[in-house]
Amino acid sequence: MAEPLSGPLHKTPLHQLHVEAGAKMVPFAGYDMPVQYPTGVLTEHNWTRSDAGLFDVSHMGQAFVVGPTWEATAKALEALVPADILNLKPGQQRYSQLTAEDGGILDDLMITRSAYAGYEGWAYLVVNAGCKEQDFAHIGPRLPDGVTLKPDATLALIALQGPKAAAVLDALLPGIAATPFMTFTETKLDGMFVHASRSGYTGEDGFELCVEAKDAAAIWQRLLSDERVKPIGLGARDSLRLEAGLCLYGHDIDTTTSPVEAGLTWSIQKRRRTEGGFPGATRIQKELADGPARRRIGILPDGRAPAREGTVIKAADGAAIGTVTSGGFGPSVSGPVAMGYVNARFAEPGTPVLLEVRGKDLPAKVVTMPFAPHRYFRG
Amino acid sequence: MANIRYTKDHEYISVEGDTGTIGISDYAQQQLGDVVFVELPELGRKVAKGDGAAVVESVKAASDIYAPVAGEVVAVNGALEAAPGTVNEDPAGKGWFLKLRIADPKQLDDLMDEAAYQAFVASIS
Repeated sequence: MAEPLSGPLHKTPLHQLHVEAGAKMVPFAGYDMPVQYPTGVLTEHNWTRSDAGLFDVSHMGQAFVVGPTWEATAKALEALVPADILNLKPGQQRYSQLTAEDGGILDDLMITRSAYAGYEGWAYLVVNAGCKEQDFAHIGPRLPDGVTLKPDATLALIALQGPKAAAVLDALLPGIAATPFMTFTETKLDGMFVHASRSGYTGEDGFELCVEAKDAAAIWQRLLSDERVKPIGLGARDSLRLEAGLCLYGHDIDTTTSPVEAGLTWSIQKRRRTEGGFPGATRIQKELADGPARRRIGILPDGRAPAREGTVIKAADGAAIGTVTSGGFGPSVSGPVAMGYVNARFAEPGTPVLLEVRGKDLPAKVVTMPFAPHRYFRG
Repeated sequence: MANIRYTKDHEYISVEGDTGTIGISDYAQQQLGDVVFVELPELGRKVAKGDGAAVVESVKAASDIYAPVAGEVVAVNGALEAAPGTVNEDPAGKGWFLKLRIADPKQLDDLMDEAAYQAFVASIS
């Protein structure tokens, strides 16, 4: 997952703390990021599933879309994404995708409606680190007069994920454990702003904390002072989201894949499916009606050998039918797991397939995702 | 006592008589991180020096294990199939991969001894 880059790497406000904790640092999306701490990826992964993992996701892009009213802001966003933004309630958050005119995905993102008095026309966006510059260059010029994009580099983002995350955070911020899934709560810790959303990308219950960069280290250390919390690197973040069946941009979704092919139709609400009016609506509505030519699937290899990204997926007769887009070892599954795209005829769970690993065709089967059950807080 | 030699790719070969036991160094297992899968060769396979003889996969990536010398595979460590983490816990002991009947003992002279290998690791870390 490390990518070669030229030029100096950016550092998040927590960089020094990662180095001091003995993290192995790697270049990722232009940032020098912790891939693992001394205990290693397996331990970190399992800790997040059993207790509470703390993630620095400050490399991700944060921005506001600001209009005179919520309606104006929501309509401006609905011209860029297929989700229903207009009907978000104050403080409510939604997962969506920036789509291109041909229906491909430019990035996936989280969109939240402001709940703050005096900020009624504000939406808060979180986009992928590697896409943020092009996302902002895409969004800004496409907003109508009176609606503006305000990227905010003064914010950090910390995720606390796992079955004990709510109890840990509630000990610091009493009452926060009642925050409903996919909503935002504004609170303060010793005078520091903590904008906490009940969301994450590990399949576990948890929170993402948008904080001011200057407060990030203090809040990070307060959370780590709880023995139920350990810092977790990008390595385990990747295996957690893979087991949760969640897409990684640039791997499982990109400009060639549509939200329908990717199995993200749940993120396109009914009104938008009918009305359209978003980039790529022609292709996406056709795929919704007729079914796409290929689909993202979960794959469970029969043996122990992991099938990595790029592995060719074959039908039982040996014909190539697709490619693995994310694959590796799933610590909670205790074995290899993968996801990829296949010709839609082979997408039915239970379908036997072959994975070409190091020249050998290894048996596997199509399965329903997630590989590890989601444990989101449903109230 | 066995004579241990190392390659620059961090494989070791522990030689007793005409048989060499092959695995990866403690430095290598630390660099790889958690080992989750080891692919072992078939018994009887003949490998040339430098051939890929096994594959070790960590959580993130697959790495080839190259034969430090030429030879014939006479044993593989099947216990790694169920417990690949043994490579992390005991790389020089229970975490061995395979045993070769060494074809040409002179090839061992091209490898580093313990002191040379430790100096090599110090120079790259």
